[in-house]
Amino acid sequence: MADQMADQAASQQTAVYVYEAPVRIWHWVNAFAIIALCVTGYFIGSPLSSVSGEASDHYVMGYMRFVHFAAAYIFIIGFVFRAYWAIVGNSHSREIYLPRIFSKDFWDELWHEIKWYSFLVDEPKKYTGHNPLAILAMHLMFVWGSIFMIISGLALYGEGAGMGSWQYQFFSSWLIPLMGQSQDVHTYHHLVMWLLIIFAIIHIYVAVREDIMSRQSIISSMISGWRLFKDNRPSND
Amino acid sequence: METFYDVMRRQGITRRSFLKYCSLTAAALGLGPSFAPKIAHAMETKERIPVLWLHGLECTCCSESFIRSAHPLAKDVVLSMLSLDYDDTIMAAAGHEAEAIIEEIVTKYKGKYLLAVEGNPPLNEDGMYCIIGGKPFTDQLTYASQHAKAIISWGSCASWGCVQAARPNPTRATPVHKVPGIGNKPIIKVPGCPPIAEVMTAVVTYILTFERFPELDRQGRPKMFYSQRIHDKCYRRPHFDAGQFVEKWDDEGAKKGYCLYKMGCKGPTTYNACSTVRWNGGLSFPIQAGHGCIGCSEDGFWDKGGFYDRLTDIHQFGIEANADEIGVGAATVVGAAAAAHAAVSAVKQARTKGDND
Ligand code: HEM
Ligand code: SF4
Ligand code: SF4
Repeated sequence: MADQMADQAASQQTAVYVYEAPVRIWHWVNAFAIIALCVTGYFIGSPLSSVSGEASDHYVMGYMRFVHFAAAYIFIIGFVFRAYWAIVGNSHSREIYLPRIFSKDFWDELWHEIKWYSFLVDEPKKYTGHNPLAILAMHLMFVWGSIFMIISGLALYGEGAGMGSWQYQFFSSWLIPLMGQSQDVHTYHHLVMWLLIIFAIIHIYVAVREDIMSRQSIISSMISGWRLFKDNRPSND
Repeated sequence: METFYDVMRRQGITRRSFLKYCSLTAAALGLGPSFAPKIAHAMETKERIPVLWLHGLECTCCSESFIRSAHPLAKDVVLSMLSLDYDDTIMAAAGHEAEAIIEEIVTKYKGKYLLAVEGNPPLNEDGMYCIIGGKPFTDQLTYASQHAKAIISWGSCASWGCVQAARPNPTRATPVHKVPGIGNKPIIKVPGCPPIAEVMTAVVTYILTFERFPELDRQGRPKMFYSQRIHDKCYRRPHFDAGQFVEKWDDEGAKKGYCLYKMGCKGPTTYNACSTVRWNGGLSFPIQAGHGCIGCSEDGFWDKGGFYDRLTDIHQFGIEANADEIGVGAATVVGAAAAAHAAVSAVKQARTKGDND
């Protein structure tokens, strides 16, 4: 109800403040952390060509893993902070954590969005926050993907840190037997990286496309925080 | 009452050798010198507990490893400690007489004896794939385990299933802790194919002298030998950190002893003591000989893809490809779809623009 009123209000005004500063900062920090994690993670799985000379003169894998772990902790702290912000932030900050799957509107709008992407309708609706399709993709691929990466990543980290470490106690000790053995945890940690990469491809493509073709600003909103609407007509006109 | 010490003396082991053995064991267990007298005392005063050693589906590599314990002394002592009256491989009795020994131990030492299991029972067809003395091994195992004090699962077979349980596991070979009817007995797993001899003797000694299990991890393995990966204590680890890998068998790196990670070494995912205790009396271990670890002490190691692949295949979803092959494939499809979608979108955008003009 409140959301609807907000939506109606939104359709009349041309700019709404959607993404609060902490969300915007998190978004970009997180994006760079994920890039670093994917690049270093890939090279942990398939290392660069060997370097010659004395072992003591080099630390290629060591640095690779160090950057992975440093970015991992930035990613984890960011994720935890973002989850906290979903509780204390504005209503948009919750959208991707708790999709409104119990509201009929959500599914109607989702259907409309699917038709929009299938070129079956001429115009999308206007949304102050995310559109339902985006919410579902972010929730299923990004939120759960990240949770999996954090849990499996900490489980792998615990193996190196040793059985006495908190990472081992809280993550490795149950995840490794659950998944079979350590090699399986590596394999799925690696596989879900590709899920996140696919999410990123879709996310970036759609953001650019919506920025051009939808009735609201997208990319600049994640920089300024403001959602600008390109027309004054009501949302579902 | 017969103590362990009595038995050893009867076997011709001198007191001097006995004390030597106690210090050796204390060291092997990482307990420190002060524990040597404690072990000696326990052995002199405690009643000997028999160990019943059963064999199911297995290759006998655990027994072979065990009797090759580095220190001849350790071997003699431990062998005399075990009541190896019943052990298919090395017992003197045969046929009905042999089977009667089980009965005798079970009745005489009810609730006291240790049950050591090498191999595992196949459960399909009521256990017909492994018959011992005319009866399925499953029956022998469940019977002996019900009255045992505790169970030692020797090797990867008893601990995880190993090769006979590899996909598609036609006989349904099942590791000991998953066999129905075993009863709620404490189980210690000593995985490996085979486990290292010194690890086996140390575990037996610990249990017999202290009458309890050493500290176990969540999966039931003794922490003192299985709490670290091969990779954590591997002497080639500096080459791993430096980024120096064997790229091909017999390349320059192989000659220089670089890290075997790219050749599929499973050291980073394998919990065992090979890189510290080593094999054949501490002489060497696979990585030292130039071959990667194949992860023989890990659950289901036969089914985790190639021994020579770093990124191993996934076959859960009817596919046979590694994470990168699947990921690149899926990302290409999605990328191509996005590009096609973008093209159609551009046409549409151009058209709407045209209409508006
Ligand atoms: C977006 C998130 C992440 C991505 C894309 C990612 C990617 C990867 C990849 C591809 C690997 C190589 C796996 C293999 O083939 O063995 C890897 C290894 C690893 N990752 Fe991550 N990772 C992520 C998050 C994390 C997090 C949050 C942690 C937590 C500390 C973490 C810790 C590790 C560890 C410990 C390893 C194993 C390193 C080694 O074997 O030396 N990762 N990661
Ligand atoms: S040879 Fe194997 S165990 Fe040793 S450092 Fe390399 S990957 Fe690790
Ligand atoms: S190095 Fe690996 S494969 Fe070889 S015995 Fe040890 S655990 Fe098994």
